[in-house]
Amino acid sequence: MNYEPVIGLEVHAQLKTKSKIFCGCPTDFGGTPNDHVCPVCLGLPGVLPVLNRRTVEFAIRSGLALNCEIAEVTKFDRKNYFYPDLPKDYQISQFDEPVCRGGHLTIAGKKIRIHRAHLEEDAGKLVHAGAAGLHGSEYSLVDFNRCGVPLLEIVTEPDIESPEQARLYLTELRNILRYIDVCDGNLEEGSFRCDANVSVRPVGQKELGTKSEIKNMNSFKAVQRALQSEIERQIAVLEAGGRVVQETRLWNEATGTTFPMRSKEEAHDYRYFPEPDLVPIVIDRKWVEEIASTLPELPEQRRSRYVSQYELSPDDATVLAESKELSDFFDAALSIGTPAKAAANWLMGPTIGYLNENKLGFDSTKITPENLRDLTAAVEAGTISSTTAKQLLLEILASGGNIANLIAEKGLVQISDEKGLTEIASKILIDNASQLESYRAGKSKVRQFFFGEVMKATKGKANPQIVNKILDELLTQNT
Amino acid sequence: MATDSSTLIGKSVRELRALLTSGSVSAREILQDHIQHIERFDPELGAFNCLTTHLAYEQAEKIDALVKKREPLPALAGVPVAIKDNICVPGYPATCSSKILQNFVPPYSATVIERLGASGAIIIGKTNMDEFAMGSSTENSAFAPTHNPWNVKKVPGGSSGGSTVAVAAGFSTLSLGSDTGGSIRQPASFCGVVGMKPTYGVVSRFGLIAFASSLDQIGPLGREVEDVATCLQVISGHDKRDSTSLPFCLPTQSETLASGVKSMRIGIISELSGQGIDDDVRCSLKQAGETLQSLGAVVDEVSLPNSKHALSVYYLIATAEASANLSRYDGVKFGLRNQEADDILSMYFSSRSDGFGAEVKRRIMLGTYALSSGYYDAYYKKAQQVRRLIKQDFDRAFSQFDLLICPTSPTVAFELGAKTADPLQMYLSDIATIPANLAGIPGISIPCGFSQQRLPIGLQLLGPALADSKLLAAAYAFEKATQFHTVTAPVLTASAKH
Repeated sequence: MNYEPVIGLEVHAQLKTKSKIFCGCPTDFGGTPNDHVCPVCLGLPGVLPVLNRRTVEFAIRSGLALNCEIAEVTKFDRKNYFYPDLPKDYQISQFDEPVCRGGHLTIAGKKIRIHRAHLEEDAGKLVHAGAAGLHGSEYSLVDFNRCGVPLLEIVTEPDIESPEQARLYLTELRNILRYIDVCDGNLEEGSFRCDANVSVRPVGQKELGTKSEIKNMNSFKAVQRALQSEIERQIAVLEAGGRVVQETRLWNEATGTTFPMRSKEEAHDYRYFPEPDLVPIVIDRKWVEEIASTLPELPEQRRSRYVSQYELSPDDATVLAESKELSDFFDAALSIGTPAKAAANWLMGPTIGYLNENKLGFDSTKITPENLRDLTAAVEAGTISSTTAKQLLLEILASGGNIANLIAEKGLVQISDEKGLTEIASKILIDNASQLESYRAGKSKVRQFFFGEVMKATKGKANPQIVNKILDELLTQNT
Repeated sequence: MATDSSTLIGKSVRELRALLTSGSVSAREILQDHIQHIERFDPELGAFNCLTTHLAYEQAEKIDALVKKREPLPALAGVPVAIKDNICVPGYPATCSSKILQNFVPPYSATVIERLGASGAIIIGKTNMDEFAMGSSTENSAFAPTHNPWNVKKVPGGSSGGSTVAVAAGFSTLSLGSDTGGSIRQPASFCGVVGMKPTYGVVSRFGLIAFASSLDQIGPLGREVEDVATCLQVISGHDKRDSTSLPFCLPTQSETLASGVKSMRIGIISELSGQGIDDDVRCSLKQAGETLQSLGAVVDEVSLPNSKHALSVYYLIATAEASANLSRYDGVKFGLRNQEADDILSMYFSSRSDGFGAEVKRRIMLGTYALSSGYYDAYYKKAQQVRRLIKQDFDRAFSQFDLLICPTSPTVAFELGAKTADPLQMYLSDIATIPANLAGIPGISIPCGFSQQRLPIGLQLLGPALADSKLLAAAYAFEKATQFHTVTAPVLTASAKH
């Protein structure tokens, strides 16, 4: 029988406000344990939460970017459960009146509906002594620094049809949140976390199968792999005549499989009820309009602009628009006259290569839009070779500088002097008699060797077109 | 020591101020006399969990320095104030009279404590209470019960029993209590003093250890209405640290306190004034109505049909909120932890089993049940709906009346141990005070007579939200006309006889 998966995702995005959601403590990642805390985020007896207005603004901003309806009135609720990283033993969250409802985002032409997005406070972190996890540890300590960091929980409808689509959705969602500057989307630091709900059903069946919830995935690739593995597991269970049990499962990156969480840990009745220490929030429509008016161009709009305005391929547009910083730079370079195609090529090729190799973000580079304009212009004018240009680009990315100065200082101007190059080429042919012989014997590939030698001799500065022309002439002559 | 120390106990705010200003007495002397009085008589009464002597002397010194420099004295200069042990005074334990918080010392100050300090008050000690303010007799204290100064075999009421006894016995001029279902007004009634629960949101709850957040309100207790009004003026006002605090300023009392009850329309709540009320209490209420009428008020009966549901509603909402508020006492971060537990769950279970008393456990279980999946709609949600009906009853009543009156409690102070075995009987003690908390409106209890056994009886006045000043004005007029407040518990004058 053929099965199809049905997937829904829950993302916890940390909002990058300066202070926590209910107190004035900083939200910075890391720090000495229990340094970013106060009586309020520690939940000491007698203290009260005060809502950070900025978190609501960020939630509205996110909701608007995700095409959600923004609630007229929203409120907070208490979600009750006991755990040592939760100082009050309840989490202030939103139950039935979230800030955002009913949005969507589109990935590769497929609309993924967003059920809701709500604000809540993050919990602290347990540090287990003497072991990697709780099991086998001697004792556990609690670091409350993360306690009260604002989270936006974004929940999809069960619209996702494959692990690949799940990865695309997450990539796009993270991208959007970065574009609107509400979340830094850093998976390693836990500022963008994802849980997945997945079930399978025979193709054509309308009712949903029994789902499992998967947690503990630390990268988009892990989400994709975990979903794939879980789908296969569920299908195997059904094929063997068994039944899928509704449960929470944890992804094990090392074994590449999911395993069930102990049922004790998930047997929760959260006993939600309205948080009496906070008053309901009326969201003024003017405020929403104001926020809407400051929304930047979103990735989807940017991609289609790149295709229609600059005639980039959809794939190139996607690569460029994937990073807001990179594509902001692209736009800035174009606005001062850099040709689109050339700019796109320099950014997508050597620049992204450099970033990946050095595990850097674009904002840590030193390049200016003027640099890129000058670089492409120099190549276009034949002043420097593209080989030189690539070296120059890498240097500028790392250390910055001025293209014209660097060309002059390093003597990088391309050699287009035909007479001089002919002399160099002739000498090379003479010095490499055996290679010349094999070329004449029909090994036409040897021509590449001569080309390389000329470039070597000129430290890459020779104008390749002219070198080719000279080699053509010399090799024909000597035949 | 003052030349005639006996006179410093039992003074009003106004009298103490006059003595200080004239230079005949220092704040230090006032404090010394009160501490001496406490040391002599509190062993029998048990009003205090601890004295804040060091802080008190520091504060007194500041006042004496002001007097010396002839600088203007703030509103409560040199006035000894006792604080219920669920309000945070930095550096001193805030135990809520619970084993689980026995060693908890808050590093921060409640807003009311800051405001009292800024107005020159002397914080003299932390007072006993029913554990986590859950109770009506102060017998639920994990440490020891507090006794009624009119008759030590009787309870002082609760949960603010310690704070109430402190003013009734002359240990302090004023005190702060907290009132979730009557915990200021009912003991005030039992001990023959004035106790007020302000409109919800008028006094900041920051630094008040929560019992039921949507009902809790800090309020003053004193021997005279004017003292209580002065104290409320000091502690009230918007606080950005409490989101439920109202952006509201009470009119200054000099403008309003003496405005009287002339041509006020006052309604006697029929449901809370007939059946189930002791004869002595009913009799005093009738006289109180007549007194008010003689002062020019128009008195009539009014019905609050949904008030009969108040007790049930209260014990669902208050316990539901409490079940979450008290979760944090889990042995992880502060307070009692059972050291023998060898995993997290058994640590939770054993710390909470050891740390909480029976009534607290009973309410946590009740509240947890009311919020549980499958029961939420039938209990918590229904209770919220009925709460709205009770509020609407008051709205209707206040469209016809300026103020409402009824007895503060159906009975006078009862014997220690009389109701400890029967929680429901104990709960009924608050039947007349609970509706005000559910509706968020202000209420005050003032002395209005004595039972045949010479135990005080309290009259409760209720007003619409934010009519706190009007309520105080009516109470003041009643006090002036009746003089019940001049009859005090014997211990108050014991030092004078000495």
